Amino acid sequence: MSEPKQTRRVFPPPVTPETQRFWDAASKEKLLYGWCNACKEPHYFPRSLCPFCFSDNVEWKEASGRATLYTYSIMRRTQGEPYVIAYVTLAEGPTILTNIVDSDLDRIVIDAKVELVFKESEGGPPVPFFRVA
Amino acid sequence: MSIRNKAYIMGAFEHPTRHAPDKSTAQLHAECAKGALADAGLSKNDIDGYFCAGDAPGFGAMSMADYMGLRNLRHLDSTDTGGSSYILHVGHAAEAIAAGKCTVALVTLAGRPRSENTGPGARGGGGRGGNPRFAAAPEAAFEAPYGGSTHNQYAMCAQRHMHEYGTTSEQLAWIKVAASQHAQHNPHALLKDVVTVEDVLASPMIADPLHRLDCCVITDGGGAVIVTSAEVAKGLNRPKVKIIGAGEAPKGTYGGRDLNLTYSAAAWSGPKAFEEAGIAPSDIKYASIYDSFTITVLMQIEDLGFCKKGDGGRFVSDGNLISGHGKLPFNTDGGGLCNNHPANRGGMTKVIEAVRQLRGEAHPKVQVKNCDLALAHGTGGSLGTRHGAATLIMERE
Repeated sequence: MSEPKQTRRVFPPPVTPETQRFWDAASKEKLLYGWCNACKEPHYFPRSLCPFCFSDNVEWKEASGRATLYTYSIMRRTQGEPYVIAYVTLAEGPTILTNIVDSDLDRIVIDAKVELVFKESEGGPPVPFFRVA
Repeated sequence: MSIRNKAYIMGAFEHPTRHAPDKSTAQLHAECAKGALADAGLSKNDIDGYFCAGDAPGFGAMSMADYMGLRNLRHLDSTDTGGSSYILHVGHAAEAIAAGKCTVALVTLAGRPRSENTGPGARGGGGRGGNPRFAAAPEAAFEAPYGGSTHNQYAMCAQRHMHEYGTTSEQLAWIKVAASQHAQHNPHALLKDVVTVEDVLASPMIADPLHRLDCCVITDGGGAVIVTSAEVAKGLNRPKVKIIGAGEAPKGTYGGRDLNLTYSAAAWSGPKAFEEAGIAPSDIKYASIYDSFTITVLMQIEDLGFCKKGDGGRFVSDGNLISGHGKLPFNTDGGGLCNNHPANRGGMTKVIEAVRQLRGEAHPKVQVKNCDLALAHGTGGSLGTRHGAATLIMERE
């Protein structure tokens, strides 16, 4: 089976003062998630106030990069190569939106183990993606 | 305070166009408003409440109110929950009427995605981040790079639903088959040809597991409804469609902790509406169910309580949604899947067909016998990320 080539234009993420450190970390190929010191719950995407208890005592931790595929769809209505949108559940807990790249389409199934990989965006910071482990 | 028995839908109009390259969006809104007023037997100066959503061009309700020359307004609401907005607006209009804030409320929808090439697919790989309105959203940086479109986001819901409940593409196809059976009788429907389960499965794959025929149409057009107080309704020469229950709720990705793509916010808006109406799902004779995609219908039917969670696939199969044949006649105008999805927003047409059914004015081939209780339900935004659900329950008086 063919691999999704990820030749698609990757929209550059708009960076804000709130999310600057997330993208600074991404430039070093680190994926950050939010951690609330008040309610001890992880969240994604990281933000200034915990979406569960609304505490502002949140910190941003580095994810291991290990995750499990929650769901996916191979987008075929595209002008370029098919690409795979997916939600993956990080080993640390949160389920996050991403693309599955550099993987045989045959091996992309729910519950597959996936791992973190960074790809360039068009004029912006690198963006976190996942590939089948 | 309840809205039960406080307000009536007395005017409804669906624009006959499906392709309007020669009209402006504002013009379509106004033509729909004029059509709904004529249907109700009211005039423009009777309108004292106006409701519209993100499809209305300009500055919320103000640009359109000024353009149409609505001079007697004392209540405005431009809440935007995407395609479900207009179902929610009817509920809000009933609230405003119950509170004495207005007596004749106009709700309009119109848009030209077909002429302007702004259908969901037109966003392409850029996803919603390409739209300045969405680029400032807090989620934009974490979603836009991944090429999300309505197709592949709803497809992810279908994929997970299949995984957890064994739902099949054949079962989803039955939803399109039922819509097409109804659309053949609608002279305005964009797609009038009856299709089979095999036709749906043989149509090109758009975003696994959704085929082209699992997706709704892209059309220009619009619609409008007039909601009035009981006193105003009494003086009008039209069948009375009474609002007896309404519910609304948003759902999101919940910090990634409680993310679950197998249910929609209908699980909350539905029970609220049924409780207010004092009836059960089994009392409903006709249901307008938002059909942006076949999976949308299936999940909402489960969440509204027409069947158990996970049983949607079996429930929609074998023609169970076809009027005169199945237990739950749905979208007898052909729905968004075949008839019309103006402005990429299907909520307005859901209300309008429910009104036709309750008045006994649906096409004779699809009119539900003794149709005294109907439901209209919508999902706006994306089932795959965040959306707003609205449920409306209506009774013929």
